[in-house]
Amino acid sequence: MKKVVKDKLNDGEHGDPWWWLVQKGIKSSFICVSIFALLVRVAVGLHPYSGANNRPKFGDYEAQRHWMEITLNLPAKDWYRNSSVNDLSYWGLDYPPLTAYQSYIHGVFLKTFDPDSVGLFTSRGYESYLGKLLMRWTVLSSDVLIFFPAVLYFVLVYRSMRLGLGQNSDAAWHIAMILLNPCLILIDHGHFQYNCISLGLTIAAIAAALSQKDLVASVLYCLALNHKQMSAYFAPAFFSYLLGKCLKNKNPVLEVAKLGLIVVGTFAVVWWPYLHSKEAALAVLSRLAPFERGIYEDYVANFWCTSSVLVKWKKLYTTQSLRTFSLAATLLTCLPSMVQQVLAPSSKGFLYALLNSSFSFYLFSFQVHEKSVLLPLLPLTLLALEERQSLLWLTHFAMFSMFPLLHRDKLVLAYIALYALFILVYFAPGGPSGRCNGSKTRDHRQTTKRGMGFLSSIAFHPLVMGFLGLCSLILHVIYLTMRPPNKYPFLFEAVIMLICFSQFVLFTLYFNSKQWMLSKHLTSKDKQKKII
Amino acid sequence: MKQLLWFFGIATTVKLLLIPSYHSTDLEVHRHWLAITHSLPLSQWYYDETSEWTLDYPPFFAYFERFLSVFANLIDPRIVHLHHGLNYKANSAIYFQRISVIVSDLFLLYGVYISTRNLPSLKRNLVWVLVIWSPGLLIVDHLHFQYNGFLFGWLLLSISFLAQGKDLMGGFFFAVLLCFKHLFAVAAPVYFVYLLRHYCRGGLVRGFARLSAIGAVVVAVFAAAYGPFVYHGQIQQVIRRMFPFGRGLCHAYWAPNFWVFYIMLDKGIAFLLRKVGFNIPTPVASFTGGLVGDASPFAVLPRITPMATFIMVLLALSPCLFKTWRDPKPRLIARSVAYAYTCGFLFGWHVHEKASLHISIPLALVAVESLEDAKHYFLLSVVSCYSLFPLLYEAQEYPIKVLLLLLHTILMWFCFSALFPKNIATKGSLQDDKKSTQYESKGSSRTAAEEQRFELGWVAKSYLLGVVVVEIWGQFLHPYLLGDKLPFVPLMLISMYCAIGIMYSWIWQLKWIITFS
Repeated sequence: MKKVVKDKLNDGEHGDPWWWLVQKGIKSSFICVSIFALLVRVAVGLHPYSGANNRPKFGDYEAQRHWMEITLNLPAKDWYRNSSVNDLSYWGLDYPPLTAYQSYIHGVFLKTFDPDSVGLFTSRGYESYLGKLLMRWTVLSSDVLIFFPAVLYFVLVYRSMRLGLGQNSDAAWHIAMILLNPCLILIDHGHFQYNCISLGLTIAAIAAALSQKDLVASVLYCLALNHKQMSAYFAPAFFSYLLGKCLKNKNPVLEVAKLGLIVVGTFAVVWWPYLHSKEAALAVLSRLAPFERGIYEDYVANFWCTSSVLVKWKKLYTTQSLRTFSLAATLLTCLPSMVQQVLAPSSKGFLYALLNSSFSFYLFSFQVHEKSVLLPLLPLTLLALEERQSLLWLTHFAMFSMFPLLHRDKLVLAYIALYALFILVYFAPGGPSGRCNGSKTRDHRQTTKRGMGFLSSIAFHPLVMGFLGLCSLILHVIYLTMRPPNKYPFLFEAVIMLICFSQFVLFTLYFNSKQWMLSKHLTSKDKQKKII
Repeated sequence: MKQLLWFFGIATTVKLLLIPSYHSTDLEVHRHWLAITHSLPLSQWYYDETSEWTLDYPPFFAYFERFLSVFANLIDPRIVHLHHGLNYKANSAIYFQRISVIVSDLFLLYGVYISTRNLPSLKRNLVWVLVIWSPGLLIVDHLHFQYNGFLFGWLLLSISFLAQGKDLMGGFFFAVLLCFKHLFAVAAPVYFVYLLRHYCRGGLVRGFARLSAIGAVVVAVFAAAYGPFVYHGQIQQVIRRMFPFGRGLCHAYWAPNFWVFYIMLDKGIAFLLRKVGFNIPTPVASFTGGLVGDASPFAVLPRITPMATFIMVLLALSPCLFKTWRDPKPRLIARSVAYAYTCGFLFGWHVHEKASLHISIPLALVAVESLEDAKHYFLLSVVSCYSLFPLLYEAQEYPIKVLLLLLHTILMWFCFSALFPKNIATKGSLQDDKKSTQYESKGSSRTAAEEQRFELGWVAKSYLLGVVVVEIWGQFLHPYLLGDKLPFVPLMLISMYCAIGIMYSWIWQLKWIITFS
C-alpha cells in the first residue's frame, strides 16, 4: 500500500505539476483560465485603438461607433442606403445585418451611459474617456457572452470525442491556447473589432458539427456568416463536411434538403427587413462586396499582393477580370480539401479542412486584409494539441504579418507583452509542449512519415526555425528603429510580407497534404480492420 | 525554479500590459525624487522644496533613485530635470518608471526563491502563486505605482535567513530594508528581541561577542545610509522629513484599522448626545489632514496622539515579544513579523491601506503549513486585497481590480483544496481519488490522521459574501438610490467592513501566538 502511494507521489510530482489547478475538472480550469484571459483582454483595452486622435477618418473604432450611431438613429431599411442622413462614404455599414443588429444593441448600451457618443451627425469622431471605456466593454461582453461559452462547448465536445486524449492539464493548456491567442486579442481589444462574435459563432458551429448536431451547426454558421462575410472563408469546409455526411446517410436528398431549408430559413430571418423588395436586398449585397477597393490593400501577405512585386495586377487587368481570377484561384486551391471531406468526412479532417479552406481564401481571395489571418489561425488553435509546432510557428508569422498594422495603432507594447505571454503559456513547464514522449507525438510521427516527413522535417528543423526566428526578430528591431530609404518607403513592409507569405504557402501545402494523409491513414486502418 | 520563473514571466507580461493604466501621484513623487537625486548634490536632497513632494524615504531609497536616475537621464534627460521635469507625463517618463518597478521586482523573485527553497514542490508552487501573483502587489506597485515588490524581496530574504538560523544575515538584510523604507520598522522590536535572545546567547562572553557582531553589522548599515548626512550635519532634517507627524491620524482614505471604529464610536456618541439635547459642537478639524497642534477632530472621545498610538502598538505587540523572549524559534519568525505589522496596521498613526500588504506577503510563507493557516490566509488575503480597491477609483481600472481579486480567490481556492483535499479516514477509496490521497499524505504528513478538507465555515463564507454586498452597495446601489448624498458612506463601509476582517486576523494571529508552545 505504501509503495503504491509513493509511486503515485512521484508520478504526480513529475507527471503533472498543474494538477492543483486542474484537479476540479475541465469546467473549473476553464473558469480559471477564462478569468485570466479576460484580465488580459481588459489590460489590452487600456492601450490605444486604431485611429485614435487621427482626424478626419479615424479608424475601425470610429467605424464601429458610427454604425452604432446609424443603427440607433435610423430605421433598419435606411442602414445600408445612401441618404442625406446616412453618408455611406463615411464608414458606411458594409457588414451583414447581424453586425447591424449587434451595433444597434451596443448603441442602446452606449446611449444609456453616454448619449453624446451616439448622437446622429454630432458624434462623428467622438472620442472620450467614457466613450472608449464603454466601447471596450461592449467587446468584452461580446467575448464573455459568445466567444468564451463557445470555446467551452468546443473543448467539452473535443474531450468527449476523445480526439484529444491526455491529462486534464492538457485540456487546460488547450483552453489557454484558444483563449490567449495573441492575434485575436490584439485585433479585438487593441485595434478594435468584434471578431470574437463571428469567430465564437464559428467555434460553436464547429463544436455542434463535431457532436453530430448538423442542423444546429448550420444555424450557428449562418449566423457567423451574417455577422461578418469574412466567415465565408470556412464555407467550403462546412459545405463539404456536411455534404459528405449527408451523402453517407441512407437518405441523402432529405438530409441535404433539411440543411438547405435551415440555411435559407436562418438567412431569411436575419435578412427580414431587406426582403420586401429585390432592390433593398441587392443594395445590402452590394455593400457587402466592396469590389471597388481593389484586389488587395496595404501589404497583406497573400498571393496577389506578394506577386504584385513582379506582376502589376492592378494595372494589367480590370477589377472585373481580377475578380474572376481570384475566385477561380480560391476555389481551385480549396478543391482538394473539399473533395477529401466529401469523400471521407471525419472530425479531424473537418478541422483540417477548415484550416485549408481559410488559408486558400486568405492567400487567393479578393480584398484580403492583414487581419484575415485570424481565420486560418482559429482552426489551428482548435487543433493545438495535434499541431503544436505549427501552432507556435503560424502564430509567430500571423503576429509578424500584422506587426506593421499594430505598429500604426501604437500597440507595440501590447504586441510584445502578448507575444511573450503566448510563448510562456505555450512552453508552460510540464505542459504538453514540454513533454515529447506523449502518445500523440508518436501518432504524429506515424502520419507524417508517409511522404510528409521530408517537408515537415525541413520546415520544423531547429536550425531553420531558429534562423527564421532570428530574421524576424531582427526585422522587428529594424522596423522599430530605422527609417526605410526614401526611394522605397514600404521596403520593410514588403520584406515582412514576403517572409510571411512564403511561410503561409508552406503551411497551406503542409496542411493540405496532412488532411489527405489523414484519410489515407484512416482507410488503411479500415482495410486492416476488414482483413482482421 | 523553472516554474517560478514561469510564474514571474506571466506576471511580468501582465504588468507590461498594465503600463498605460491609471497611476497615482506617486508616479510624479518618484519622478521628482529621480530629479532631486540626479540634479542636486547629496547635501541638498533632504532640503529641496521645488515640489511639494519632498524626499521622505530613508537614504538607501534615495541612493536607489540616484542609481535609477542614471538610466533615466540616458533615456530622456527631462525626466530628471528638477524644474522642467515637474509633472512631466511623457510616455518616456511613464514607461521608464513603470519598467523600473517591473525590473526591480526581480528582488522579490529572488526573495521568494530563497525563502521557499526547502519546501516540498507543491507547497512551493502555492507560495509562489500567492506572492508572485499577489493581486495586492499588482494593484499597489503596477497600477497605483510604488516599489513595494522590491522592498518585500528584502523582507522575505531577511525572514528566510532568520528561519534558516542565519541570524546575522537576517539582521543585516532587515537593517538594509529599514534604510530603504522606515515603515518596515514596526517589526523592529520583534527583530530586536529575537536576535538578542536567539543570536546573542550561550554565556556572557559569547553572547556579548555576538551582540557586538550584530551591533556592528547594524551600525555599519546605518552608517552607510546616514553617514553622509551626519557628515553634512543634516541628520535632524533627514529625520524631520522622514517622520512627518504633522499628518493626521488617518490617511486620506481611512485604512481599515482600529481607529475606524474609534471614529465611528465618537460620531455615534456625539449623535446620540445631540439627540438627547446636549450641545456638542461639530469638530472642525478632520482626521486626515489635521495638524497636531490644531483642534481635536473628535467630538466627545479623547483625541489620539501619536504617542498614544505608539503605546497601543507596543502593547498589542507585547505578547509576541514576550513569547519571542522566552522561546525564540526560527520557525515562528515569519509569523511574528507578520503579527508585528498587523499591530502596526491596526493601531498605528497615519496608516496607509497599502500597509496591509505587510501582513499578507510574509504570512503567505506560512499559509501552506496547516489547514487553519490556509483558512485564515484565504480570508485575510481577500480582505487585504479588497481594502485596496478604493486606491483605483476610476472606471477604467474597475474590471481589472475585480478580475484580479476574483482570479486570486479562485487560485487560492484551488491551491488550498489541492493541498487539503479529503478526509483521510476513507482510506479504502484510495483507488478512486488517487490524486487527493496521494497529495494528502504528501501535503502534510504531520497531521495526516485528522480530517483536513479545505472548507470555509459559514461565518467566513457569509463574511466574504458581505464583501460582495458592500461592493455592490458602494458601486451601484448607493449612487443609484442616494445619488450624491452621503458620498463618504461607500468608502467608510469598505473601511469598516475590512477593519472587521483585519481585526479578526489580528485576534487569530494573537491566539495562535499565545497558544503555541
